[in-house]
Amino acid sequence: MRLALREALLAFRRSPLLSILGVTTIAFSLFAFGLFSLVALNIKKALRTVEERVEVRAFLVDNTPTDSIATMMEELGKRADVLRVEYIDKEQALTRAREELGEFKDVFEAGFLPASIDIRLREGYRDPRAVLLVADVVRTMPYVEDVRYGADWIEKLHRIRNIATATGVVLGVAFAAVAIIIISASIRMTVLARAREIGIMRLVGATDAFVKAPFLVDGFTKGVFGGILALFLTWGAHTVVSRNFLQTDFFPPLLIALGVVAGAALGTGVSALSVRRHLKRIQ
Amino acid sequence: MIRFANVYKEYPRSGMALNNVSFIVGRGEFVFLTGASGSGKSTILKLIYLDEMPTKGAVWIGSTKSPGIKRGGISQLRRKLGVVFQDFRLLEDRTVEQNVAFALEVVGTPRDKIGPKVSRLLTRVGLASKATNFPRELSGGEQQRVAIARALVNDPFVLIADEPTGNLDDRATRGVFQLLKDINNAGTAVVMATHNMELVRRNEYRVLEVNRGQLVFDSADQPQQRVAEGGR
Repeated sequence: MRLALREALLAFRRSPLLSILGVTTIAFSLFAFGLFSLVALNIKKALRTVEERVEVRAFLVDNTPTDSIATMMEELGKRADVLRVEYIDKEQALTRAREELGEFKDVFEAGFLPASIDIRLREGYRDPRAVLLVADVVRTMPYVEDVRYGADWIEKLHRIRNIATATGVVLGVAFAAVAIIIISASIRMTVLARAREIGIMRLVGATDAFVKAPFLVDGFTKGVFGGILALFLTWGAHTVVSRNFLQTDFFPPLLIALGVVAGAALGTGVSALSVRRHLKRIQ
Repeated sequence: MIRFANVYKEYPRSGMALNNVSFIVGRGEFVFLTGASGSGKSTILKLIYLDEMPTKGAVWIGSTKSPGIKRGGISQLRRKLGVVFQDFRLLEDRTVEQNVAFALEVVGTPRDKIGPKVSRLLTRVGLASKATNFPRELSGGEQQRVAIARALVNDPFVLIADEPTGNLDDRATRGVFQLLKDINNAGTAVVMATHNMELVRRNEYRVLEVNRGQLVFDSADQPQQRVAEGGR
């Protein structure tokens, strides 16, 4: 290990420009991927905020007994797909309507709106099919006069979400592939620059593992530095956008750590593959 | 110690390089390998240090047989062989002693044993005073001595030399060749490919001559005629 570290350090001292180019290539490849991930993260968050408004509203007939309301609420609250159940009496319904539709507040009169049970659904159960399932169950309950859940709106939201997810996956894979290809080319240059040395190593009896070790250290180090640099670049871009255009979220600490680990893994993995490919060509 | 048994070697692009070559090199022997450029000398050497495998036939190096040896086995065998080339193949960014030490580090020699062994070797090849010089600061003959020191550092049973004097002037050639003779006198076999027929004539060592991939002459079979017609 000591020898591998020394050889990696020697490689850096021998051709610092090539090493800096390697780190910069990794950094900018991951930066492009990081920017895309940040956009995807914020779009996902925005969609989730909208999705949180998905609810099923069960309007009750007048004078529904309180214990029946309690039974219904308890029954609904036990369901795995239900996040929260709330009873809205006629007074609350009126207040809410006046708040939501301020310009028509004079139109509403006391007792005009029916009481309701509002059912918020858990994440993962906000697609049209899941919402319809809950609505159908609620519709069969006694004292329920009508059930509303904005079927068209949920359908559209679901479609937008699916398009966003598919686009995100395709673009994410494309960005990741481009990053891997660019990083591979950069690391391959390092291996080729040291082809003569590898040949001499093999000639004097070095095992493949011995030959590979300095390249793995080199790839790991470049990956870590490239990952950290990419993180700073992404953070800088996020700060500029947040201050001047749009308030956005940055990666949570776990994703930040994962980004640097991914850089290290990418650098090490690509180095291992490059040097293995080179070693296959020589005895 | 080294045995070629009906060896054929064919390269995908350039075709047949060796055609039914058989010979044996004994322990501690010195053998000249001669022949025109492209005759197959280097291929024979590559088959000995396992840079190539025979297409047909078999090569034994000590108790190791090729083909059949695994990649890990090649590394182990090369630790018992010394190889030097016309172009020296030194690491330009390392000093003389670092170049020699490198061959010891590669095989996992303990650090405390590397220094003394390198000093001993450099003294043996007459370069003790140049230990901290870089290869570019040395003459061709000196660089070849470094390469020889590196080849000897793991006490090989055979030294394979591919045109070791090809890039050297007469004086340097004499010096390097004397060193090879000394190494051989100390018990290490030497297989040396060369174009230098003057050198071959002046030294009473066995000669193997290859021509168009075939072994056309072995002085062990005709001791009275040490150099074949083609080599004159």
